[in-house]
Amino acid sequence: MNASHYYRALAGIIIREGLRFLHQRQRFMGALVRPLIWLFIFAAGFRSVLGVSIIPPYETYILYEVYIAPGLVAMIQLFNGMQSSLSMVYDREMGSMRVLLVSPLPRWYLLTCRLIASTFISILQAYVFLLVAWFWEVQLPPIGYITALPAMFISGFMLGAIGLMLSSIIRQLENFAGVMNFVIFPMFFASSALYPLWKIRDSSISLFNISSYNPFTHAVELIRFSLYGQLNLYSLVYVSAVAILFLGIAVYGYDPGRGFMARKQDT
Amino acid sequence: MMNLKQLALATVFAVGSSLPVMAATAFVSSEKDNVISIIDVTARKLVKNVKVGMRPRGVLLSKDQKVLYICTSDEDHIEVLDLETLKITHTLPSGPDPELMALGPKGRILYVANEDDNMVTVVDTVDRRVLDEIPVGVEPEGMGVSPDGKWLVNTSETTNMAHFINTATSKVEGNVLVDSRPRVAQYTPDGKEVWVSAEIGGTISVIDAATYKVSHKISFKIPGIRREAIQPVGIRITKDGKWVFAALGPAARIAVINAKTYEVEKYLLVGLRVWNLALTPDEKFIVTTNGVSNDISIIDVEKRKVIKSIKVGRMPWGVVIK
Repeated sequence: MNASHYYRALAGIIIREGLRFLHQRQRFMGALVRPLIWLFIFAAGFRSVLGVSIIPPYETYILYEVYIAPGLVAMIQLFNGMQSSLSMVYDREMGSMRVLLVSPLPRWYLLTCRLIASTFISILQAYVFLLVAWFWEVQLPPIGYITALPAMFISGFMLGAIGLMLSSIIRQLENFAGVMNFVIFPMFFASSALYPLWKIRDSSISLFNISSYNPFTHAVELIRFSLYGQLNLYSLVYVSAVAILFLGIAVYGYDPGRGFMARKQDT
Repeated sequence: MMNLKQLALATVFAVGSSLPVMAATAFVSSEKDNVISIIDVTARKLVKNVKVGMRPRGVLLSKDQKVLYICTSDEDHIEVLDLETLKITHTLPSGPDPELMALGPKGRILYVANEDDNMVTVVDTVDRRVLDEIPVGVEPEGMGVSPDGKWLVNTSETTNMAHFINTATSKVEGNVLVDSRPRVAQYTPDGKEVWVSAEIGGTISVIDAATYKVSHKISFKIPGIRREAIQPVGIRITKDGKWVFAALGPAARIAVINAKTYEVEKYLLVGLRVWNLALTPDEKFIVTTNGVSNDISIIDVEKRKVIKSIKVGRMPWGVVIK
């Protein structure tokens, strides 16, 4: 095993994910339509909802659609991360991952490649969303479109890692509905994606606490600050730590000898 | 024990009295904290708060831009702030409850609207005495002087009129009925039109200065904002006469109006209860006073974008920029 093998595996997985994404136009449209509905319809009814508090990274008053744009970018990555990682359930049984996972390359590396590939796809979707949002007067500072790239990479990677961890536990693809109900929705709603944390604290302290620890909140804040050319160091550390933790659990889970797969087969 | 806000304010007071050279300096009156906040518009920073008399509202720069006239409404006089030393050097008589002012063409005569007295007081700023009192409608407020200085337009909030006063004779020569509670009157640079905002009426009336007839009426519609919250007050017109910016009060918006088509082209979100506004001399920025959110907003005129909001004293009211 040398570096070229590692590179070939990474390139192969990225190209395969890219092709799959391009062929699945419905998935692309779905990924785009979902946040746009939130932006065009949901945000329209809440234009003045944020009241009078100006919170960093904003320097002045903003419309609600401007506030939720970073949350919707993270939402794209959340759905993409879950969908992509859960498709591992299928891939593992009969797709290409079945072949890849038996290759001599380390398992952690293959899973990381898979995460990187799906993160790139989510970033692509996010940029298309930001382009459409620009015409909806969600116009960010030009530098923000560049500084958001590394932030979206880290957040996309973390959300993918959470999905990957789930896919190592979930037995069948049909369980995606359960993931929607028990993972995606709670993560999205109990976060700073739709309302700032100070607003949540005004109504419920316990919800505020949950939202403060929710990794999705930190993904949103990392993206939000980066879209204005700023770094939210706390969120960066939080998101990175969660990404490493969940990737570690997923790698363990995918280990046929020790992980959850072994236990599933036993039962 | 001092809290952080008090400490910050005390530090600001203690910095000293001279003012650094700034590209554009805004002077904002805060009627509840009794201060004039000095803001470096280019650096987007509060530089200093200067304590003045009770309830400062209308502010105006002298023609040589060396002093600031301040309507300290609850003191019933006008305070004169030396902009070099940042000290009140003297006061001018104004009649009771002065609210807004306008300078005559030579910069010596000051016209003051006395809200409680139904008068416009004519003050000599050199001899520091009242020259005349012109009776107008109930609750006079807006004061607009024509570019040639021959006419003064005063609005009276309760009579719902714009009064055209001949500055040579100090006589009212025309009255124009506008919508409810007119607040601010502003001449176009060519002197042909006077734009008058009506706070309760929710409109701006454009008056033909030659015929005293309302030639156009502009109303506003903002998605998600109820009609009653749209209350136009402050008006500023660019030197080329092409654009008008109007502050819409509780709607927390500045309307950008094309002065040729009389159409609103954009609404810019600022702080709550925005009443007054001022353009920098180069017309690159606008500063708005947001009375309820206790801050000012700075607008990039070319990009039509609000770039920053800065906390000032409580209930910011008037603003001028030099």
